[in-house]
Amino acid sequence: MSKDDQILEEFTSKEYEHGWSVDFEADEAPLGINEDIVRFISTKKEEPEWLLEWRLKAYRRWTEMTEPTWPNVKYPAINYQGIRYYSAPKQKKNPKNLSEVDPELLKTFERLGISLQEQKRLTGVAVDAVIDSVSVATTFKETLSELGIIFCSFSEAVKEHPDLVKKYLGSVVPYNDNYFAALNSAVFSDGSFCYIPKGVRCPMELSTYFRINAANTGQFERTLIVAEEASYVSYLEGCTAPQRDENQLHAAVVEIFAAKDAEVKYSTVQNWYPGDRNGKGGIYNFVTKRGICDGDNSKISWTQVETGSAVTWKYPSCILKGDNSSGEFYSVAVTNNHQQADTGTKMIHIGKNTRSRIVSKGISAGKSQNSYRGQVHILKRAENARNFSQCDSLLMGDQCGAHTFPYIDVENNSAQVEHEATTSKIGEDQIFYCQQRGIDEESAVALIVNGFAKEVMNKLPMEFAVEAQKLLALTLEGSVG
Amino acid sequence: MLEIKNLHASVEGKEILKGINLTINPGEVHAIMGPNGSGKSTLASVLAGREEFEVTEGSVTYKGIDLLELAPEERAREGVFLAFQYPVEIPGVTTTNFLKTAVNQVRESRGEKPLDAVSFLKLMKEKMKLVDINQSLLSRSLNEGFSGGEKKRNEIFQMAMLEPALSILDETDSGLDIDALKIVADGVNTLKTKETATIVVTHYQRLLNYIVPDFVHVLLNGRIVKSGTKALALELEDKGYDWIKEETAAV
Repeated sequence: MSKDDQILEEFTSKEYEHGWSVDFEADEAPLGINEDIVRFISTKKEEPEWLLEWRLKAYRRWTEMTEPTWPNVKYPAINYQGIRYYSAPKQKKNPKNLSEVDPELLKTFERLGISLQEQKRLTGVAVDAVIDSVSVATTFKETLSELGIIFCSFSEAVKEHPDLVKKYLGSVVPYNDNYFAALNSAVFSDGSFCYIPKGVRCPMELSTYFRINAANTGQFERTLIVAEEASYVSYLEGCTAPQRDENQLHAAVVEIFAAKDAEVKYSTVQNWYPGDRNGKGGIYNFVTKRGICDGDNSKISWTQVETGSAVTWKYPSCILKGDNSSGEFYSVAVTNNHQQADTGTKMIHIGKNTRSRIVSKGISAGKSQNSYRGQVHILKRAENARNFSQCDSLLMGDQCGAHTFPYIDVENNSAQVEHEATTSKIGEDQIFYCQQRGIDEESAVALIVNGFAKEVMNKLPMEFAVEAQKLLALTLEGSVG
Repeated sequence: MLEIKNLHASVEGKEILKGINLTINPGEVHAIMGPNGSGKSTLASVLAGREEFEVTEGSVTYKGIDLLELAPEERAREGVFLAFQYPVEIPGVTTTNFLKTAVNQVRESRGEKPLDAVSFLKLMKEKMKLVDINQSLLSRSLNEGFSGGEKKRNEIFQMAMLEPALSILDETDSGLDIDALKIVADGVNTLKTKETATIVVTHYQRLLNYIVPDFVHVLLNGRIVKSGTKALALELEDKGYDWIKEETAAV
């Protein structure tokens, strides 16, 4: 065994830290999907008729669609009838505050390292936690409501703010947008809703934690963020799932609406269970995330650190409709063992003087495949649009792959589009240099990888940056080339 | 401090070191000289623990322990420092951050508490003066875009920070102009104590005008064929290496 392989071996042998599950009493739908299941979910959630109709439309459309095959990923066919589309951890009625939340559930979050109490007290981050399918606790609600900010579970929003939900749901990602978005629209069970009124700057980071707990359960959450004129919000999303032998499906939808002069920052640290070292189990992470810069001078920024999931299919995008609006995409995607990621972004320039910036850092180790796929589309009326894209890949070992698929469509001659791409390998020289200064191999890899990803990591809010750095190190422990 | 006995090492099956014997005591400066390909850099690499070199025979005892048994980072923590001939670039990692990780891992291995940000900065300031290095250089990505002189000076700065017992300077003079050479040599001389030893690996005797060796060894074809004092280095400069080759061949 060569030195590289040996290090690689050590590196890849790190177990998934969040791979435990907790036995809650769950309120479940039977396995499989049909119109009755869609009705079951809607009834469970006591939804209005219009929403049920919307779900059914989505379901019917979904049955006519086929799963996309263009991503650079391979996985066995998903049996959609073998999935449970609704599983709610049973608890006594709706909790009014944290003290009423099932203590087992709170313990779960503590094990995840996100004690809600703790977060509430120390960081001043408002948290909405979604476990399996249902939002279990939203902290800091009162403080936010004084500013007119709405931050609650999606189900609650449907009940309390139906007009807002009706107005914006599906406005950025229509129910028939793509196969997984249609599926989500039919069976989504919960998620987060966030509304920032005109002129309000949200004083704290809003945060959602997702966790899949029950076996054979899919998670289909929906997040809807509406930022009214001249408002600002920074939103964080984190996820984990227990270690299971079978694959689990996560098909989420995130929609962001930014009005004139509004700014939304959306950060994700994704750590779904990636499967074991031989590629068994893990989450299929098929997510549609899209924001629209609807008003002039608005701005949407996506930052993601993707370390988990067996298969990832995800392209957080921006539609730059307002003049002078701007979109950003900062991504670090790490794949190890048999993980596969096909991720990137779409920047659709419609308005004049629109700007977009893409910085993608892919890190591949083990036998994994890591693809960047990005589209920059400058439409005819987008005068003076500008895009800058940078895609860097870092390889560890010689059994993994890094791929870049940039698509550039320019319909206006005044556009400036730049694309830069690099591929490098973590060198034995770099590792040895660190070691010679007393740094052990694992820390050396962590140091080098974090250096590589620095530009993106710097974009994360403080609370997340530390966690993300640790996660990078953990995911890649021991992997070198 | 260091005792090398009959050291043989090879890379990809080719033997480079063919029986090196060398003893170094605290406070001494030893120069290893020799023509290209004689095995000078290999010796430095083997002492630091680079894995592409396989030790096939012999022993290296450092402070009473078997150095060859230790991983590279363990050797570093025991006080063995190698100033690289070609310092490696690590994009996105500042020298400061790099050294903080290094210093604290070394401290941890000795059962000491890691330095907090304030004490670390204080230590850095102190050492920066010693080797005359600019703060702005330390906040840049490690060695990335550094000039040859900056890289070598940075190596000496790292040496100052880590306070090694045994420093090995591998062709530290290569690519340096005379001013940079002086600064680097000044740094090395400042850091020298009665307890520390230095091995200067060099092709030319130029560096030895500034770092004055107690002993000079000539390495030829994987063996030390001649040892002497500073005078030997001057003789080499005067006459080149050929006469030693002839002398050795005649034996």
